[in-house]
Amino acid sequence: MATLIFILSAAALLQFFISYCRSLIAASIKQPLSAEVRDVTGIPNTASGEDFARVIQLLDLCPERPEERGRIRAINTYFRLLNLVRSTLARVIPALVTWTEIERGQCTYFAAVTLDRRIAFSRDMLAQQIDV
Amino acid sequence: MPGSIGYTIWFLGSLLEVCVVVSALAKHSFRRYLFLNIYMLFSFLISLGRYYVLSHFGLRSSEYKYFYFYSDAVLTIFLYLALITLYLHVFDEMKVEKYVRLAAVLLLVGTALFSYAVVEQSSNKMLTGFFFELSQNLYFVGLVLTYVLWGAILKLRETRTQLIQLVLSLGIYFSAFAATFALGNMFPNLQFFTYVVPVFGCLLPLAWAYAFWRLAPDARMVPARLAVVPR
Repeated sequence: MATLIFILSAAALLQFFISYCRSLIAASIKQPLSAEVRDVTGIPNTASGEDFARVIQLLDLCPERPEERGRIRAINTYFRLLNLVRSTLARVIPALVTWTEIERGQCTYFAAVTLDRRIAFSRDMLAQQIDV
Repeated sequence: MPGSIGYTIWFLGSLLEVCVVVSALAKHSFRRYLFLNIYMLFSFLISLGRYYVLSHFGLRSSEYKYFYFYSDAVLTIFLYLALITLYLHVFDEMKVEKYVRLAAVLLLVGTALFSYAVVEQSSNKMLTGFFFELSQNLYFVGLVLTYVLWGAILKLRETRTQLIQLVLSLGIYFSAFAATFALGNMFPNLQFFTYVVPVFGCLLPLAWAYAFWRLAPDARMVPARLAVVPR
């Protein structure tokens, strides 16, 4: 009984986690990127999964906003999961290659939108300090 | 007594529970999701009660174990009520409130009777495997209910972002706990519960606080995009 519950719960956890990450991404995908973030990240219109690590490195350079920490970690974990699927299951099921590539690109776009917010946040903080 | 890491996670979890209520009040979502907020307040009060019992009787005392597991069962039943109100939100345009309420009462009575039957049969092993089994079953029922609700959201094309994220985070919470307790039931000597369970406990208030604070109540999304299997 416990084994069955464990297997079903683990499968449900994976499914809920993927859907939750996609809901986080979907909420940010409508936001356009500012011109300076496009310049800094080199992302034109559609983001690629290959840029994810670079955008995360840029994110680490900006002051962190506490409310974003959990979301970035969730998307980071989702991105790793996609990499795992790409290097294992996608070799057996070729249709997954396209799907993982689109999802990885959306993860990168999410990170770029977060970078945009952090830059705006840092700019506001700097402006406040100058005023003081 | 738990170490400093244990206390930190505990404090963080309690703080996040308060954050959920504060976020809901600040963003005028408190009444809309009344039972979710009542659950968070109740959970915070139980945390205080657990700290009181822990500091008076110690971590390994039977008083603390009884208080911990019984309060956990009561909290899970409270969470069922919160989940039922999410059902009411999803089905609000279908005018089926009466049936949802009836199903909720039947579910609660059924769970209580089942738990009572298990308690009566297992009264000689109250502090051994019984609590893990009971918690595992309660969380699994919660998981099944959330899964059905998620199916209804996809089927009815529910688009409210805040509601979708509340349900998905609840699904993650129930499935993580059900899997953890099932694992504990399978391998009773595993010692990973000390930090894993409290860390999982922080996930739900964190996700709910985010949903209340950051998402506008009228924000919309296309739910078909979220399904793992494309619809």
